[in-house]
Amino acid sequence: MKILWLPAAGCGGCTQSLLGAESRAGVLAQLADAGLHLLLHPGLSEASGDESLALLRAARDGSLSFDILCVEGALLRGPNGSGRFQLLSGSGRPVIDWVRDLAARARYVIAIGSCTAFGGIISSGENLTDACGLQFDGDQEGGLLGPGFRAAAGLPVINVAGCPVHPGWVVDTLLALALGAFGESDLDTWQRPRSYTEQLVHHGCPRNEYYEFKASAQKLSDLGCLMENMGCKGTQANADCNLRPWNGVGSCVRGGFACISCTEPGFEEPGHPFMETPKVAGIPTGLPIDMPKAWFVALAALSKSATPRRVRENSRSDHPLILPGIRKSGPK
Amino acid sequence: MSRRLTIGPFNRVEGDLEVTLDIADGRVVSAQVCSSLYRGFEQLLVGKHPFDALVIVPRICGICSLSQSAAAAAALADATGLQMPENGRLASQLILACENLADHLTHFYLFFMPDFARPAYGGHAWHAQAERRFKAEVGEALRDVLPARADWLRLVGYLAGKWPHSLALQPGGTTRAITATEKVRLLTVLREFRAFLSGSVFGDALENVSALRTADELFAWAQGRPADFPRFLEIAGDLGLERIGRASDTFLSYGAYAQHDHAGQQGNGHRHLFARGVWCSGPQAFDEALISEDVAHAWLFGEQPLHPRRGETRPLLAGFADQPDAYTWCKAPRYGARVAETGALARQMVAGQPLLRALVAANGGSVLARVVARLLEIALVVPAMEGWVRALTPGQPFCNQWQLPDQASAVGLVEAARGALGHWLRVERGKIASYQIIAPTTWNFSPRDATGAPGALEQALVGLPVGDGESVPLAVQHVVRSFDPCMVCTVH
Repeated sequence: MKILWLPAAGCGGCTQSLLGAESRAGVLAQLADAGLHLLLHPGLSEASGDESLALLRAARDGSLSFDILCVEGALLRGPNGSGRFQLLSGSGRPVIDWVRDLAARARYVIAIGSCTAFGGIISSGENLTDACGLQFDGDQEGGLLGPGFRAAAGLPVINVAGCPVHPGWVVDTLLALALGAFGESDLDTWQRPRSYTEQLVHHGCPRNEYYEFKASAQKLSDLGCLMENMGCKGTQANADCNLRPWNGVGSCVRGGFACISCTEPGFEEPGHPFMETPKVAGIPTGLPIDMPKAWFVALAALSKSATPRRVRENSRSDHPLILPGIRKSGPK
Repeated sequence: MSRRLTIGPFNRVEGDLEVTLDIADGRVVSAQVCSSLYRGFEQLLVGKHPFDALVIVPRICGICSLSQSAAAAAALADATGLQMPENGRLASQLILACENLADHLTHFYLFFMPDFARPAYGGHAWHAQAERRFKAEVGEALRDVLPARADWLRLVGYLAGKWPHSLALQPGGTTRAITATEKVRLLTVLREFRAFLSGSVFGDALENVSALRTADELFAWAQGRPADFPRFLEIAGDLGLERIGRASDTFLSYGAYAQHDHAGQQGNGHRHLFARGVWCSGPQAFDEALISEDVAHAWLFGEQPLHPRRGETRPLLAGFADQPDAYTWCKAPRYGARVAETGALARQMVAGQPLLRALVAANGGSVLARVVARLLEIALVVPAMEGWVRALTPGQPFCNQWQLPDQASAVGLVEAARGALGHWLRVERGKIASYQIIAPTTWNFSPRDATGAPGALEQALVGLPVGDGESVPLAVQHVVRSFDPCMVCTVH
């Protein structure tokens, strides 16, 4: 399958993340070996200037066939609907016009990252550039291509959301497409591949014991659970970040800071400082998904009263002060 | 015969770039550099909680993400007068160095070298090897380099959770305390990266590379050595890359990797591994007050050049045709009234690195000098990083706690891979009232200023040969990429 990768108004971080995929001969070889050929990628291809433009024009006109359009970055409709905040270099034409034309030719369209899916970080505040996603404007259906858009193979835009994406989310999606093993039922409510959104960031969180006992971090670098005070949304965020590590060994919470739910539309405007948990009467307003508030309050009260001293003390330190006990009697 | 040539989209750079050349008698006589994307980060930061800058600014750029974090953290620390604990300082530097070296590697293998594999160079003795090794997307080197880069980024996995877009870099230090076992693992990551560098990249020990002091020593060392940096030097020698790409030869560095000064905590209690300063035919002290930004040729409103502390960003929303002098979203930063170049070459010029000083003394800033500076910096920084990891003290704090004042005016100056990165922050009533950013490529790919003085790249392109039928002139490709531009940082 041939991939056309088009940059829109992004930071390039999703491509940078993708290049870090763990693969024996690197991600480019991995894709090539699976029959995925990059027809054009602005960060990687030899072609430049007129060579690239000729290729893009041929793809737009239909004289050069391709299968997958990957767009990376928000779509800027401003100012005043002109698209003038981003002209495709060398073409004098707004990127949004190129995206509309190329999407109409593609068998599959993939939004790479939350900017492309929903608008992302630059749509926050007054959204001066009138940024949106390919098929969503924040959490509203529509976006650049409209709610009824279907690519030639019949699917809507595939939103590989995340800021940035985990390399595995992109690779898994592309490889499934190459196998012919990806259909509409593989997408969730936000049109994200279910392969990585059927999990919560909470799953596999290394701070799980602190969560169980509501032993919470009080300040930056503390070992405790980040939900109560530090703004962590891991119990609400759909992603497998703690089941499939980042950069071999990491994740946001492993790095000591909050999950900001970057796979979700609207993550950029949480309505509170990112690193503080909003509360009403001392109770976090964002409760674990699927959990009624009364249950959470009751469970929190119970678990706080039962917190082992080790867990409580360690939660407020940047390194363990008290080690787990070691049983001397052998396993029972 | 004269003509105008517009080159875009300029690929294998980070972000959107268009270069327009006026060509007469087979040479570039004038160049205009256009940053063609405007996203409005400086505007959307206004009104936010100051801490939120740590979430927002890394997302300006996915390749300089941690550098943007570091500059924001430095500005917030400046607002409070906060010092980091020693572990926090070491971990912050390791994190920033990891990104900077990864970027140098990415630039060399993915962005810069593939141009030598182009069919147009088919007549050169080195071409077959360059094509096998460096061809874009498929060169055999990539099968080696991408896994090595992924392994290298484990350092950030341990210390900062992930790359890009981490929240680990904080004004008071880092959020992730390293255990004694993890310290051992960090040294393993460094050892494996060192082995990759000594093998594939340099074909020699890092210390032997950084000991090279003159162009003659460098080229003699490279002769026949089966590794990628020597292969580049063979190509550079053949093509005369030391003779193209000269810009203003005023080099600016904010100083990289603060070293603890045991002499005292007062005032500027830190010095840098690579010094802060300006080089213009000789060393000069750096004065932050001399920085200004001019918008005479940008699609932005503004009257006179402003220091970023008083800076503003007001984009044109209509009437583009009424601003015929404007051709980019990029402001024109100036140091004094001078056009400055920044990046690894500037950093090493200011730091006094003998080989780079010798290369610049002979030919000025050049494609060769900029690429050598990046590779040399890899050889210089890895040993320093090994020392920083050894100095980490598990059990001691990594992060100091702090409170931000309701009113503040502050600046954070750091060195990203591509050079001098500054964030100027004003806080009023506990919210961000102003946030101005000057990124490295804003300096290097600046447009003309009000006096008509062209930016660094615009100067560096003048005089380059362009053949009659050429639409993608190769010398232009080399000169542009020699700066390792990051366009998403340039206009944020």
